[in-house]
Amino acid sequence: MNRLRRLNTKKVIITIIMFAIGLLFLMPFIWMLSASLKAETNVFSYPIEWIPSDWKWDNYSRVWFGEQPFILYYWNSIKVTVLTTLLSVTVSALAAYGFSKIHFKGRNALFLIVLATFLIPAQAILVPQFMMYRVLNLFDTHLGLILLNSFSVLGTFLLRQFFSSIQDDYIDAAKMDGASHFTIFYKVVVPMMIPAISTYAILRFIWTWNDYQGPLIFLRSDHLSTIQLAIERFSTSSGELYSLIMAGSVSAILPLIIIFIIGQKYVIEGIARGGVKG
Amino acid sequence: MAKNEATTAYQSNTKKQQLGRFKSTKFKENFAGYMFVAPMLIGTTVLIIIPIFIALAVSFTDWVFISGFQSADFVGLENFKTMVQDEPFIQSVVNNIWLILAVPLTMALSLVLAVVINKNVYFKGFFKVIYFMPYISSIVAIAIVFQLLFHPAYGPINEFLMSIGIDNPPKWLADSDWALVSVIIITVWTSIGFNLIIYLAGLQNIPMDLYEAADIDGASAWVKFKNITVPLLSPTTFFLLITGIIYSFKSFELIVVLTEGGPGYSTSVIVYYLYEQAFENLKSGYASAIAITLLGMLLVITAIQWIGQKKWVNY
Repeated sequence: MNRLRRLNTKKVIITIIMFAIGLLFLMPFIWMLSASLKAETNVFSYPIEWIPSDWKWDNYSRVWFGEQPFILYYWNSIKVTVLTTLLSVTVSALAAYGFSKIHFKGRNALFLIVLATFLIPAQAILVPQFMMYRVLNLFDTHLGLILLNSFSVLGTFLLRQFFSSIQDDYIDAAKMDGASHFTIFYKVVVPMMIPAISTYAILRFIWTWNDYQGPLIFLRSDHLSTIQLAIERFSTSSGELYSLIMAGSVSAILPLIIIFIIGQKYVIEGIARGGVKG
Repeated sequence: MAKNEATTAYQSNTKKQQLGRFKSTKFKENFAGYMFVAPMLIGTTVLIIIPIFIALAVSFTDWVFISGFQSADFVGLENFKTMVQDEPFIQSVVNNIWLILAVPLTMALSLVLAVVINKNVYFKGFFKVIYFMPYISSIVAIAIVFQLLFHPAYGPINEFLMSIGIDNPPKWLADSDWALVSVIIITVWTSIGFNLIIYLAGLQNIPMDLYEAADIDGASAWVKFKNITVPLLSPTTFFLLITGIIYSFKSFELIVVLTEGGPGYSTSVIVYYLYEQAFENLKSGYASAIAITLLGMLLVITAIQWIGQKKWVNY
């Protein structure tokens, strides 16, 4: 009893060491947060002033309500990200069900083709995509940007991994009762797979929110900019206003950190299960 | 006789019916299957498969984007010949090879962290979250912060180096000899979290009794790591290596925001150079040739690893 209660000294020491290494990992974030709340002249003061001596909360209001319509950029990001996530989850879940639970002709060959496209770097097809988007009038539209990220190989692969774990008995039993595949999909499989679907939804949300390449190539108008594009432009145009640039950067990653902390169990499990990377 | 014939006829009839029913369920099953995968297949075909064939076709032309496609001429392998003599392109390939080195480095660090976190710490979940933070953060924000951290004159990294007595610290991103090193440091920092999570998942699958048996034999921690952990994790290691190398070729956003390939072409990578040719110099034909070459390289590298895995991966 006594032995069980006693803390393992070795383990405590290792935990402390790992904590120190972890702090090294967090340092850039802490530095960013602290710089965003400082007066401009203190940003680079050394030794580093981790806790601002003079809290400048108005750095944030200067970014948010300054010359740049940050609220609009934020709204654009939310709109594109939410719609992409909804569409991508739907497309991937349907495909994952088809590829794991329906025995149709040519299934494995088609799945292999989908998987093989993973090898193609997005940058290799930018020129043809750009041409197509011009022709189809999708260039410089949010719709174009949403479609671009909605057909995810990784999403389909990840959800198929999860769906494969459902016993075929459930599906056969439902079939005996005369249920169609579509009914089985949304009445049996989707409710059972809510955690898996949430995992992919969170990942897709994070990847889309962070996407810089898509907006960089396929958007031109300033009023359609997403937050990533806006932050980058803001940092190039603001020159030496580092505290404001940091306030902008914190604003760009904060929603994600919050979503990640709330959904971290799902995210980490999903990554571990599917070995996916955005 | 007659009775028998009737029975046979009856039997063959039901067989036909059964076959018919079987055919119709088979048809229904196929149809349902195609309907479910159709959105994904159509999207992939339109947005990825057709474009890759267009890129292949364009790579044999001298098309320049601002002039219409009508003005493009077929030039055969001319673009590919230009490429092998194009200094910045070659430099970009070499830089990509250096970036590949970040992959095993990241994996080694992640493996050590994973082994330690798996058994020897309290608050395991907390550590997973910390190491994972860079992975979920936007590359744009990360690049902007590191531009400041690496600032040659006032950046905290150099202030620290000078305070411990290094008088001439490197100029990092501003110095063509150090810029790529800085990119590699940032890449390792952002990708450890992902590798760590995958390794932790791999560690869960190693049966405990192997370690218990080794304990009975009096094996040291190092021997257990070398003879049990490493070989049994080899499928995970293979997975991380193969995807890590593919991703190292795809690293674009970090370069665009952090360095724009500079100073000079010291941090340019193939995808960045491709982007520059396509969207700044508008040489669509040449950029497509680079794209096809890149895809070819990825296919070859993946095939080599796939064949090589038999030698060192234990399933």
